[in-house]
Amino acid sequence: MFLEKVREKVLLFDGAMGTLLQAKGLSLGECPEQWNLTKPEIIKEIHKSYFDAGADCVETNSFGGTKAKLNKFGLANKCYEFNKAAAELAREVTPSGKFVAASIGSTGEMLEPYGDFSIQECYDNYAEQMVALKDGGVDVLCIETMMDLEEAKIALKAAKENTNLPVIVSMTYNQSPKGYKTLMGNSISQVLTELINSGAGIIGSNCGNGVENMIEILREYKHTSPDTYFLIQPNAGLPDIVDGKTIYKETPEIMKNKIIDLLKIGVNIIGGCCGTTPDHIRAFREILDNN
Amino acid sequence: MVNLQEIADNLIKGQAKKVVELTTNALNEGIKPEAILNEGLIAGMNVVGQKFKACEFYVPEVLVAARAMKGAMEVLKPKLLESGVQPIAKIAIGTVKGDLHDIGKNLVSMMLQGAGFEIIDLGVDVTPEKFIETVKNQEVKLVGMSALLTTTMPSMKSTIEAMKEAGVRDKVKVIIGGAPVSQAYADEIGADGYSPDAASAVEKAKELLNIA
Repeated sequence: MFLEKVREKVLLFDGAMGTLLQAKGLSLGECPEQWNLTKPEIIKEIHKSYFDAGADCVETNSFGGTKAKLNKFGLANKCYEFNKAAAELAREVTPSGKFVAASIGSTGEMLEPYGDFSIQECYDNYAEQMVALKDGGVDVLCIETMMDLEEAKIALKAAKENTNLPVIVSMTYNQSPKGYKTLMGNSISQVLTELINSGAGIIGSNCGNGVENMIEILREYKHTSPDTYFLIQPNAGLPDIVDGKTIYKETPEIMKNKIIDLLKIGVNIIGGCCGTTPDHIRAFREILDNN
Repeated sequence: MVNLQEIADNLIKGQAKKVVELTTNALNEGIKPEAILNEGLIAGMNVVGQKFKACEFYVPEVLVAARAMKGAMEVLKPKLLESGVQPIAKIAIGTVKGDLHDIGKNLVSMMLQGAGFEIIDLGVDVTPEKFIETVKNQEVKLVGMSALLTTTMPSMKSTIEAMKEAGVRDKVKVIIGGAPVSQAYADEIGADGYSPDAASAVEKAKELLNIA
């Protein structure tokens, strides 16, 4: 279903979750995924606001839902419960014909041999989270904000071996004098080669960059592998702190004109990352409908 | 005779076993521990830092080099102490209250150790009280604070304010870093310095402490 739709037309994902949770009072040091149980109405309201803005697909509130991440809040034992609830909450407010994507972020641990997180542990972390999200009824898995190609490949393997769901793998790049590279130094061509060989259906980039850099990233993606389906989710620029408040400078007006460039290059899925709001998604919808 | 440049070269390549072996041999040959540290290990880490800054090296290369350094230091440290060699200065480092991310903080910590500083790593989610207590009790010359999230950056400000109130702000220099952090923010909250990456953190620390 989901993949058929992607082949048919450009899909619109939602904007930020974390930014809105903070606006709703998520406090410092509080586990965002816990709200799936304690404040389900707020989570549903956020999803609904994105559908109302014109999104075709929302992402579950489960970005930090691996056991390794939850463990930092002493909540590792809630992994299954939090993730299943995340999927169910999104499902509940999803109109027919629209989709729920599972948000799966990095574990935040450094893999062996550089750190002490073993490949098996990493795999198990992802498998457990993904099974819970599948049980909660998601349509697609979105492995995102990956800064280590090895970790992304492990997550992809866990997805393929533990679910039958379509999978998106989305990387985060830093601009450097040597081109766009992940934190671990993976280049775009290396990422594409290895992810395609590992059977990734849809590849993307999210976070770390505003829309202008994302245009360059997509261009390189498309140039390197013209037949792959690509997702792009820019931040609303990079955050500035003004008088103690976080300001993202790329307004819906600024971003929407550049979305046209992404469409021209041939993006398949567009959404927003940190700092983007339902207003951004509404502006993107307008562009998608008119182009 | 062990060539100290060979220690540096192997450290740059992250050959931990070889670096430890060469360090041990050098000590056995009677080469001064201080020379092994400065001309071998620190010289090597210095190149690693430059390459990291120039985007020739990425996180994995820095981590393997740091691991080699750590291995060699286990052999070298007792000898340094015996010969009365002091670390150039003590630095307390931590990720601020409310923030649980430590990859960046660990990198900075490794690079500073690689430059010969002694590091007190306070970990993640470090309260202002913990920073203050460490400054009071540990003869720290510099405090390094890290934050990955815009939501936790204000903890840097509150830590500096708490240090002022506790009367210890003037005892130390404060540097900050992390993805959303900027020089402008450092200026706004009254930090002494900001560093955009782990290699520059070493330069900034030396500059603030007047170490050549």
